[in-house]
Amino acid sequence: MTDSKYFTTTKKGEIFELKAELNSDKKEKKKEAVKKVIASMTVGKDVSALFPDVVNCMQTDNLELKKLVYLYLMNYAKSQPDMAIMAVNTFVKDCEDPNPLIRALAVRTMGCIRVDKITEYLCEPLRKCLKDEDPYVRKTAAVCVAKLHDINAQLVEDQGFLDTLKDLISDSNPMVVANAVAALSEIAESHPSSNLLDLNPQSINKLLTALNECTEWGQIFILDCLANYTPKDDREAQSICERVTPRLSHANSAVVLSAVKVLMKFMEMLSKDLDYYGTLLKKLAPPLVTLLSAEPELQYVALRNINLIVQKRPEILKHEMKVFFVKYNDPIYVKLEKLDIMIRLASQANIAQVLAELKEYATEVDVDFVRKAVRAIGRCAIKVEQSAERCVSTLLDLIQTKVNYVVQEAIVVIKDIFRKYPNKYESVIATLCENLDSLDEPEARAAMIWIVGEYAERIDNADELLESFLEGFHDESTQVQLQLLTGIVKLFLKKPTETQELVQQVLSLATQDSDNPDLRDRGYIYWRLLSTDPVAAKEVVLAEKPLISEETDLIEPTLLDELICYIGTLASVYHKPPMSGPPLTTSSVQMGAVDLLGGGLDSLVCHGCPLDDIGGTNFVAPPTAAVPASLGAPIGSGLSDLFDLTSGVGTLSGSYVAPKAVWLPAMKAKGLEISGTFTRQVGSISMDLQLTNKALQVMTDFAIQFNRNSFGLAPAAPLQVHAPLSPNQTVEISLPLSTVGSVMKMEPLNNLQVAVKNNIDVFYFSTLYPLHILFVEDGKMDRQMFLATWKDIPNENEAQFQIRDCPLNAEAVSSKLQSSNIFTVAKRNVEGQDMLYQSLKLTNGIWVLAELRIQPGNPSCTVRAPAPTLRPWSLPFVPCQGVVLVEDAVQASLQAWLEPESVRSLKRTFLESFHIHPVRLPR
Amino acid sequence: MIHSLFLINCSGDIFLEKHWKSVVSQSVCDYFFEAQEKAADVENVPPVISTPHHYLISIYRDKLFFVSVIQTEVPPLFVIEFLHRVADTFQDYFGECSEAAIKDNVVIVYELLEEMLDNGFPLATESNILKELIKPPTILRSVVNSITGSSNVGDTLPTGQLSNIPWRRAGVKYTNNEAYFDVVEEIDAIIDKSGSTVFAEIQGVIDACIKLSGMPDLSLSFMNPRLLDDVSFHPCIRFKRWESERVLSFIPPDGNFRLISYRVSSQNLVAIPVYVKHSISFKENSSCGRFDITIGPKQNMGKTIEGITVTVHMPKVVLNMNLTTTQGSYTFDPVTKVLTWDVGKITPQKLPSLKGLVNLQSGAPKPEENPSLNIQFKIQQLAISGLKVNRLDMYGEKYKPFKGVKYVTKAGKFQVRT
Repeated sequence: MTDSKYFTTTKKGEIFELKAELNSDKKEKKKEAVKKVIASMTVGKDVSALFPDVVNCMQTDNLELKKLVYLYLMNYAKSQPDMAIMAVNTFVKDCEDPNPLIRALAVRTMGCIRVDKITEYLCEPLRKCLKDEDPYVRKTAAVCVAKLHDINAQLVEDQGFLDTLKDLISDSNPMVVANAVAALSEIAESHPSSNLLDLNPQSINKLLTALNECTEWGQIFILDCLANYTPKDDREAQSICERVTPRLSHANSAVVLSAVKVLMKFMEMLSKDLDYYGTLLKKLAPPLVTLLSAEPELQYVALRNINLIVQKRPEILKHEMKVFFVKYNDPIYVKLEKLDIMIRLASQANIAQVLAELKEYATEVDVDFVRKAVRAIGRCAIKVEQSAERCVSTLLDLIQTKVNYVVQEAIVVIKDIFRKYPNKYESVIATLCENLDSLDEPEARAAMIWIVGEYAERIDNADELLESFLEGFHDESTQVQLQLLTGIVKLFLKKPTETQELVQQVLSLATQDSDNPDLRDRGYIYWRLLSTDPVAAKEVVLAEKPLISEETDLIEPTLLDELICYIGTLASVYHKPPMSGPPLTTSSVQMGAVDLLGGGLDSLVCHGCPLDDIGGTNFVAPPTAAVPASLGAPIGSGLSDLFDLTSGVGTLSGSYVAPKAVWLPAMKAKGLEISGTFTRQVGSISMDLQLTNKALQVMTDFAIQFNRNSFGLAPAAPLQVHAPLSPNQTVEISLPLSTVGSVMKMEPLNNLQVAVKNNIDVFYFSTLYPLHILFVEDGKMDRQMFLATWKDIPNENEAQFQIRDCPLNAEAVSSKLQSSNIFTVAKRNVEGQDMLYQSLKLTNGIWVLAELRIQPGNPSCTVRAPAPTLRPWSLPFVPCQGVVLVEDAVQASLQAWLEPESVRSLKRTFLESFHIHPVRLPR
Repeated sequence: MIHSLFLINCSGDIFLEKHWKSVVSQSVCDYFFEAQEKAADVENVPPVISTPHHYLISIYRDKLFFVSVIQTEVPPLFVIEFLHRVADTFQDYFGECSEAAIKDNVVIVYELLEEMLDNGFPLATESNILKELIKPPTILRSVVNSITGSSNVGDTLPTGQLSNIPWRRAGVKYTNNEAYFDVVEEIDAIIDKSGSTVFAEIQGVIDACIKLSGMPDLSLSFMNPRLLDDVSFHPCIRFKRWESERVLSFIPPDGNFRLISYRVSSQNLVAIPVYVKHSISFKENSSCGRFDITIGPKQNMGKTIEGITVTVHMPKVVLNMNLTTTQGSYTFDPVTKVLTWDVGKITPQKLPSLKGLVNLQSGAPKPEENPSLNIQFKIQQLAISGLKVNRLDMYGEKYKPFKGVKYVTKAGKFQVRT
């Protein structure tokens, strides 16, 4: 009696027959029919037409039948939402059943029915089940919250299920805790910003307790959650590590790897001098090695992670080289990973063993593996200097085998060895040249040509060799063509007399007969160099090349640190951080939460590409590419400096205007340089921009946008660049600004993030604007009001600073400040000192009051900002769109007002008003 | 978490699918088939594949692919461990994990999968809990069920589900109380051409078969526990006790389970019980070669080495082999180029050997690669690491159990380079 009989009914009237059986009176027949339906469902047959008939079977006390019907419901409810409602009553009833198994089953199944209408009915039973006396029901209900959140997140939040779920972290049953953590983690993943898993020492303690008692899967959830916690000091880190370490001996490899993640992360916080640090390092090795004796799929994931771990902390596995030796019957994906790790662990101590192994691998059957093994020998030579000689002789042995792909791969790596150890192994060139004819892969051909060109003076027949490649020039790949061009030019520079014809030939091939712009451009550069100044050409083309280092294949340290936090995840398998969140690496380009014009990520990523291409494998390029770059840059920046000076001087009347500063360097914006400053004149703020095109193409279609900022600054008009900006042209634009944009508190307060678009790309930069552009013209407060307000301002809203070296008297100060819209309300003389009472008002209606005490040559200033309670009083003056916005802005700036940054900024305004240029502002 | 599961046989048919969240179309498996095609060999399909909207994480077990579909970030090891657990469960329930067995029991399979995972979170994966929920099929039960109309689904909450010892059910009763332990050690080794050891380590496990009534609390101690420095434990073992006293103290699950697995690392000297003398050579410019291997005992601690088989993947240009053997029998498959020599036992008086001629494809160049010899063997009553159980004590129950320990050493990945 097997289930295979259910598969035999594939005739036409099958559905009809099943329908009849489902409606049979006999229980047994019904059950058999449902089984047949399920069997059809499992193989992907559509049996949704039987929905009402199957649902009719739900009312039963036979648990197996009930489960089967539930299975069916979960699969098809989505396509038959109206019918699914029929099942609701039974679910609700089952949630009250005395048997916890049935209660749990009901709540679990309801969560799987992804129909909006059903979720409404689910809330009450779910609430009850979350507080059920039986932990089995509670843990099932915890998962159900995650399911429901996936269907209708708003509902879950409104019903307060998230809080109940958080409470379950303190449940007495470890399994319930584990499931609550799992559910919260899943919900948190779809809301990265939410602070669902609020970890603090108390909750961490609860998790650690549950860790010891829950199932293996629960342990994984808890460990992954722990890894997100940042201990407050090294002692806490150590105590967590101590409690996590026993997990390293778990039979489940996922538990082990999650524990490794927690330990690797928290180890960062421990001092290296600590005894415990050493103990921990020792404890990490055995479990990692053990992972390698598991099934090949587990090995693969483990190896990808070990690859990260050995880069971060090579000391952990430095004695375990042998376990990474490749076994004959390992799957290829395991072999390749092991090889990679072997190279990373290679050191002077074990290089002999490693080389012997690699040589063994180079005679294996699998071509990919053999290639990588040969390449690995080259990498060893570069990494371990003492072994270079042995590596080279091993490679020569391999070349003797004459196996085509081995020879080609060997030549590629020997080229790298030449780069690392110049003038050391050139004796092998003769052997290499013997194999010239057998090379058919572009990379190997290019490598060989490079070698011939580089050492042309030592190879007697270099011209013949290179000429032989030239015959089929147009059939070669770009890589080979470029290499050949450079190679022949090198040859010419070394042996000019006999190769004149050859170089003419290659230059004309590259510039006249090729459609490849790279090749053509390089050809022209060489041509011009050679024809104008052969000495310079020699300097450029035969320049000393930077040494190659073994670090080239290492993961960049910041990325590595990030990846270490993702040990055990998919990110660790691909060695790429998870997709969420753009990589904010460059300091000048800081984007807030909003990506203004889209494409922010791309522009960041693309910067590096052209450079990588040049500096990487194709290393002949740097000297040539360096020429145009060094030509263009200094002149351009010199010019803009000049402009800066003039514009700075020209607008000195009115309020203080800072000289234009470069906001966006041309390097970061594909040739567009933006510098600018802010001005305020008669009530209008403007941003004075200077756009310079330093690229070689015309720029058009300019547009500008601001991110939300503290004072709602926004462009009042579109960016008007009337004519296309041709190369090396500069335009000056004054962009009027308004303060009616959206408001968001920035850090620091006067930070402004700007996006500029042109026909090439979108660029981002951020700049700090001077606060005084926000001081409005009606900022003079009534004297009475001033007195009343001054007294009411609480002390904590007060800041003081001193201004040194100010040779002005009270009148001069007063008038200077007035030009920046800081008004003198009253003046008095106390004990020989002039006291000035100043007021200013910001565009968002906030008043700032100040008291200036002027001793001869030493004015000091007390600044007071009104307390938030005075807000209504300042409201009527606010030129803004809506009340909510205003309140936000006021709140934000009031809170921020007394932060040191704002005080500094205000002080700066004072200083600038006096035309004192602060070199460095004292704190 | 785990979204869906597809079971695929070697000919590329998806014969079962299960979805724990919304339904994912079968077409997602096309990416898997693509990778499979690229890998050529079934064993070389990469376990993690990314597709535009999902990740596919798969394992290959018993000629079946278990392909799971993942949509959010999830530890891949978690998924792979779980998939192996699913395969183990099928093995446990149906005696074999094969397409036929799964199709024969498709409803139970479906019930099991539903029980093992909820919304992608593992629910019950312990075999003894599952067996309380869903009874394994037996001929007797299916006959009884069809007569009485009763079902094979348990309707009470499994007792182990929530206790602190989820691996054991309450109320276990046996008339004969027995506890057996198998210490099984496998030698993984790479031996180079000259016979010296490149790499060797021992992978050991202690498998237990415990049939004891009630709630027995066992302590297992070793003569030389210091050998065990890299151990993975079954969750039932009290870790603290091991750390402080080097004693395995535990309340065992009922039935068969793996108590510990351990590794005796390559730093320690590993005894290699056999040696192979070999001479495999191909003549330049002629279509034949010579093949000669002899196998003999080395450090076998005075025990008989038995069940020896030698497997050799010969180079592709080999057409056929004409060999004579002094012992056992050999086969050569001209399609896969695999030579298998079933040797049997070694008797030191007369060492088994296999020699003769190799016929090569005429005109083809001399093969570059040297074939590796894969050796299998078994030694009864010996744990090659020297590990020995000292005693087993039982607390918490009054009866006297019958106890036994068996040792066996086998070749794991034991490879001789030529």
